[in-house]
Amino acid sequence: MVSTKVTLCGIEMDNPLIPASGTFGFGYEFAEIYDINCLGTFSFKGTTKDPRFGNPTPRIAECDAGMINAVGLQNPGVDRVLSEELPKLKKCFHKPVMANVSGFSVEDYAYTVEKLDAEDQIGWFEVNVSCPNVHGGGMSFGTSPEAAAEVTRACRKVTKKPLLIKLSPNVTDIVSIAKACEDAGADGISMINTMLGMRIDLKTKRPVIANKMGGFSGPAIKPVALRMVYQVYDAVKIPIVGMGGISTAEDVIEMMLAGATAVQVGAANLVDPYVCKDIIEKLPEVMQKYGINDLKDIIGGAHNG
Amino acid sequence: MKQGIFEITENRMIAKNTYLMVLKGDVSDITASGQFINIKLDGFFLRRPISVCDVNADSVTIIYKVVGKGTEVMAKMSAGERLDVLTGLGNGYDLSKSGDRPVLLGGGAGVPPMYMLCRLLIEEGKKPSVILGFNTKDEVFFEEEFKTLGADVTVTTADGSYGLKGFVTDAMKQMEYTYFYTCGPEPMLKAIDKTATTSGQLSFEERMGCGFGACMGCSCKTKYGNKRICKDGPVLEREEIIW
Repeated sequence: MVSTKVTLCGIEMDNPLIPASGTFGFGYEFAEIYDINCLGTFSFKGTTKDPRFGNPTPRIAECDAGMINAVGLQNPGVDRVLSEELPKLKKCFHKPVMANVSGFSVEDYAYTVEKLDAEDQIGWFEVNVSCPNVHGGGMSFGTSPEAAAEVTRACRKVTKKPLLIKLSPNVTDIVSIAKACEDAGADGISMINTMLGMRIDLKTKRPVIANKMGGFSGPAIKPVALRMVYQVYDAVKIPIVGMGGISTAEDVIEMMLAGATAVQVGAANLVDPYVCKDIIEKLPEVMQKYGINDLKDIIGGAHNG
Repeated sequence: MKQGIFEITENRMIAKNTYLMVLKGDVSDITASGQFINIKLDGFFLRRPISVCDVNADSVTIIYKVVGKGTEVMAKMSAGERLDVLTGLGNGYDLSKSGDRPVLLGGGAGVPPMYMLCRLLIEEGKKPSVILGFNTKDEVFFEEEFKTLGADVTVTTADGSYGLKGFVTDAMKQMEYTYFYTCGPEPMLKAIDKTATTSGQLSFEERMGCGFGACMGCSCKTKYGNKRICKDGPVLEREEIIW
């Protein structure tokens, strides 16, 4: 019997599978088609202080081996997340959930984290300093070590729950940003958010996406994600939640070997709504194939020797 | 929503760049006209959302226009090939508001969903009129099929090469109706909204990510709040639309 259990910032998970924020709503859409309690956990839709409609459409463009999105953090705002979304989530998911939070100022981030902190079901915070689709916020906090550290410190002050900072790959040195977050009190690093990308329509000769640019995700970015997780694992002591192009059990193992304690699945959920359940069911078989008895043993395994 | 493997039993050209495909499989989640299915194709990351033309006990019929690389691949497929399909997507049309003599307006690739809707309305004893709009004669399809259902059919072409010259709204102006249902390109929907003298339901198109409400890729603002075209739509009521 193999073990798929992992422990992320002190909370044990049945397996390392986490549907990524923005691809899984507040869970209940997926609970209609399978029991989502098989998941390690999931990261709910990025929540901000105020309600947001997001960007104009088109917000989606297809690419070879991936997609671009420029949704722009559409969400009903923290008050309605608390009063409407989380009660619905609670009915279909009974494990600690990961709360994804975004903001447009340091105060915004802290405000939203503080409001959500009282919610018992929230196990971890995943603070997004890396959304490429909003102006004057999101990614601008994740592109310098100082700004990322400032957000981390502000959130640290208002919660004792595990605090993960979700980093952008659209930077020159992700390692220094990860270290700055660790020094500022983060309990973990979540990486990578989408890569800034673009498609142009040959018929209209204009960008496909109304916002012109958007976040590129899917299997095409997996090698970049693996490389960055590998680099950050060498530099920090706190755990890493790895993501970027994960869509199979083999991908999960590869990401853990690079240094991830848990693994998120994003774009793949949008193409195959059962993908996380399928990966979880397939994981023991693939572990056996590669001689892995305990998934915990392989975290960072690629760094050995 | 259901995911299933469907077998192609028919795939043929019925008009210029327009194909009819019949897919055999578990269709139990297709519960209303105006819903769509989402098809996975090898070599493409996102699925292709295509509206349901009709459904019976064990198969679903779709009609699609070749507009890009994905639909080009579909057009080359043969009977016996299998496809991974998500079914039961979207809200579909609400028949309860139709009155006795609704008018159904389909434009181009918006014609197919009118077929199942028309069939259901006739089964309920309603007397629907159907207006089918195309650019030109080569693109016209399903005129006979609607007549066979028992509907009163008018065809319009923008260039006048077949039927009434003009747009579906030109035919609509000359009609009396209790309600309207439509699907087609957005300029047509806008024109219908300006022309119509009754309430109605309009089906919208938008670039989608998932097609089942998870990604917020196809959101729109309505008078009743934000809606996802794929999940809360594609059919919206005339009264809620913000043009």
